[in-house]
Amino acid sequence: MRSEIAGADKNKQTRLGDKMANNRGAAVKYDSVQKSYDGESLVVKNLNLDIPPGEFLTMLGPSGSGKTTCLMMLAGFEPATHGEIYLNDRPINNVPPHKRGIGMVFQNYALFPHMTVSENLAFPLQVRNVSKAEQEEKVQRALDMVELGSFGNRRPAQLSGGQQQRVAVARALVFDPELVLMDEPLGALDKQLREQMQYEIKHIHENLGVTVVYVTHDQTEALTMSDRVAVFNDGVIQQLSTPDDLYEDPQNSFVAQFIGENNKLNGKVIDIQGEECRVELGDGTQLKADRVNVSSVGDKTTLSLRPERVEFDTHDSMDNIVNGRIEELIYLGDHIRVRMNVAGNDEFIVKVRNRGEKRKLHVGETVPVGWALNDCKALDAVV
Amino acid sequence: MSDTTSDQVLTTQDGKPLKAALARALRREKLRSFLLIAPLLIFVLITFVAPIIDMLFRSVENEIVSETLPRTVVALEEWDEASGQAPGEDVYNALLYDLIIAVENKRHTQLGTRLNYEQTGLSSMFRRTGRRVDDFGEVYADQLIDLNAAWKEPVTWATMFGTPEWISAQETWAANPSGPEPAFVVSDAARNALPTTADLYGAFARFIQTEDSDSPMEEDPWVPVYKALYQDLIANPDAASAFSGETATLIGQAAAAAPNFETVSIKELFIDADDDWGSAENWAVIKTFAPKFTSGYFLSAADAQLTPTGVELKPEDERIYLYLFYRTLLLSIMITVSCLLLGYPIAFLLAALPLRYSNLLLILVLLPFWTSLLVRTSAWKVLLQQQGVINDFLVWIGIIGDANRLVMINNQTGTIIAMTHILLPFMILPLYSVMKTISPSYVRAAKSLGANDWTAFWRVYFPQSIPGIGAGAILVFILSIGYYITPELVGGTSGIFISNRIAFHISSSLNWGLAAALGTLLLVAVLLLFMVYDRIVGIDNVKLG
Repeated sequence: MRSEIAGADKNKQTRLGDKMANNRGAAVKYDSVQKSYDGESLVVKNLNLDIPPGEFLTMLGPSGSGKTTCLMMLAGFEPATHGEIYLNDRPINNVPPHKRGIGMVFQNYALFPHMTVSENLAFPLQVRNVSKAEQEEKVQRALDMVELGSFGNRRPAQLSGGQQQRVAVARALVFDPELVLMDEPLGALDKQLREQMQYEIKHIHENLGVTVVYVTHDQTEALTMSDRVAVFNDGVIQQLSTPDDLYEDPQNSFVAQFIGENNKLNGKVIDIQGEECRVELGDGTQLKADRVNVSSVGDKTTLSLRPERVEFDTHDSMDNIVNGRIEELIYLGDHIRVRMNVAGNDEFIVKVRNRGEKRKLHVGETVPVGWALNDCKALDAVV
Repeated sequence: MSDTTSDQVLTTQDGKPLKAALARALRREKLRSFLLIAPLLIFVLITFVAPIIDMLFRSVENEIVSETLPRTVVALEEWDEASGQAPGEDVYNALLYDLIIAVENKRHTQLGTRLNYEQTGLSSMFRRTGRRVDDFGEVYADQLIDLNAAWKEPVTWATMFGTPEWISAQETWAANPSGPEPAFVVSDAARNALPTTADLYGAFARFIQTEDSDSPMEEDPWVPVYKALYQDLIANPDAASAFSGETATLIGQAAAAAPNFETVSIKELFIDADDDWGSAENWAVIKTFAPKFTSGYFLSAADAQLTPTGVELKPEDERIYLYLFYRTLLLSIMITVSCLLLGYPIAFLLAALPLRYSNLLLILVLLPFWTSLLVRTSAWKVLLQQQGVINDFLVWIGIIGDANRLVMINNQTGTIIAMTHILLPFMILPLYSVMKTISPSYVRAAKSLGANDWTAFWRVYFPQSIPGIGAGAILVFILSIGYYITPELVGGTSGIFISNRIAFHISSSLNWGLAAALGTLLLVAVLLLFMVYDRIVGIDNVKLG
């Protein structure tokens, strides 16, 4: 039922979006940007980032990783300590926030409580001296875009969280900005509403063609919506790539662990051959792995392996086959989580798709498990 | 899921109505919360509400005239104040009887003070006459005693007017004076035959018994009693028939002789004692303020007066209160506005600073609260006076000449400056607590939407701070409209408030009725302004945090 509505929405939005898509997205460039609040430590360390027009880029990272600071510098609310930010090749360090023409959606929406929804939406148009008639037209169009056409006369407090969220999005878009910033805009919504809003925002982006910079700590949100994701940690972008690359080819252990579920196996490199390497684990088990982030023989490394890539049905063509003891079985409906002890690591998780087969796993059993070389990434060692 | 329709009464499992069960379950809670507030409630009722109601009642209460001069008030009903003539002899006779009782009870000066509020000179008139009224009618006493020496004896009077029961009880008591003296009772025969005398002698006897604790059998009656007897005998020559024995003989003799007595005009005696008794105007005042309740205090408070022809404004040079009300309102508004202008930026800064600094600043804001009001006000005297710090500094740097030192104290400027300083925290604190709740993201949002700093402030921040302005303004305004000590100290004559006048009437002139009326008017003015404020700003919009 939901998909029907979503489909209908999409048609409508496309139609309305066409009308609104009279602007193109803006290009953003961070050039060697550094930020410090106290003069003693850097919150953002040497950030270089190019965002092409029309891209949906997500800054993803744990709290305190510097992602929000990067957004605030772009919006103009925090000055960069060093470096320059360019908007469409124009340096904007000395441009005050209200002249940057950037739409922004705040974490708690920041809808003006003393104004009606329409007045909230008309505000950016009024300060731009748009004529009354045009204001009304644009406000109505923006409200229609977020399916709130008849809510213009309500106060924000009279709306539900999801409706407020939509108004906030509409307000950030009503003055046709080329760039829209979103600072954890879905954080206050419940899970179901959040998923629905993810699609809506994504569709609006697709229809309007604006550049969106989106900040979140929720990896699902990042993977669902983004063209590219910049994973932040400790003031540095750990990896900047498309969602699937991020999951399939993490460049370091932090990204591997932060995105999705991950089995870690610590060991030492004993042989390197091109893009392959051999790793010896603590208990002497030797495994073949994809060489990602190790430089020479003798380096310590952490192998990263997604739980759904491990197979119980081993066959000889598999690169790695190891025996493991089943410690725990957790039934999750569509799959079964199996916690095993493999090569001394008893937090080794295997996800088995529930195909309704007769074959049963039993706790305490020792069974062989296997996986392909390409699914096992040799990354930097986690201490 | 059972659907209950609205006309169906919900019941508990055992069939009792749900509402009653709920009320019973909550009764204990309610009782307990009431008990918790009961001490304060009782305290407030006894020490605050009751005195205020009593005080407000005083603004219309006027029993003193009708209580002190009951006979005169009745006699005056016949008199037409529009005639311009002083009333007739009968009114003066009634006044004599009232006044002798009042003088003996020492209440005539209070009455004089009260009537003096309405007409200056009446106080001294009562005072002066009070000293002489006990001689009025002496000529009748002399002639009666000449006629028969028995009239000189207290016993003659006591037995003539007392009931036989009282006489025997009094004799028993006199033989063995233990316990209370039996209260004097006027006999019906005497009251019917000699009504005026019985009335006055009764008052005399009760006065002797209660105030002096003496026996009427042994005390000479007041001189005006003889005058009353003469008056009764002329009016009722057959009075003796109501009595028997020696008393009847005595009265018969007096009644026979009375028409030939030398007479004297009580009216002339009064006018002789004080010319003002002959003035119809003064009598008009007494008649006007005879009722138990009066609007006189309120009229005075509004610079009006009650005249025989109706309500009219006082002469221009006697009007002060309306102007004082106007000035109090005007200065309070100015103080409120200056508090707002000075307090808003500070509250804004307080709300914007990090907690560490804002706490320090808040302590500085609260610092005046920890200093005595008198010290702060006196400090302003030191700073603002003509030989004070500010004037000295301005002269020193050459902005003003030594001869043209600014007058900043003992006038309205002084009041506004000192009061603004004292009331500033009451503006800052509500503003601060409201601003604290305005998230900085609103201003950021406004800026990101294209508003410059001023527009973001004026269109987005300011409207959200209005509840704080409302709370602060109403707090400062109401506090300042009733403020007393600071205007008293720094206001001079041009900077005082209506409350200073109220204080004057409470503690110096002792005209509590007028003070109460002024206070009531002030209260009504504040309530009216409050209603206007509610209309314009809306009291729901007022937030203290």
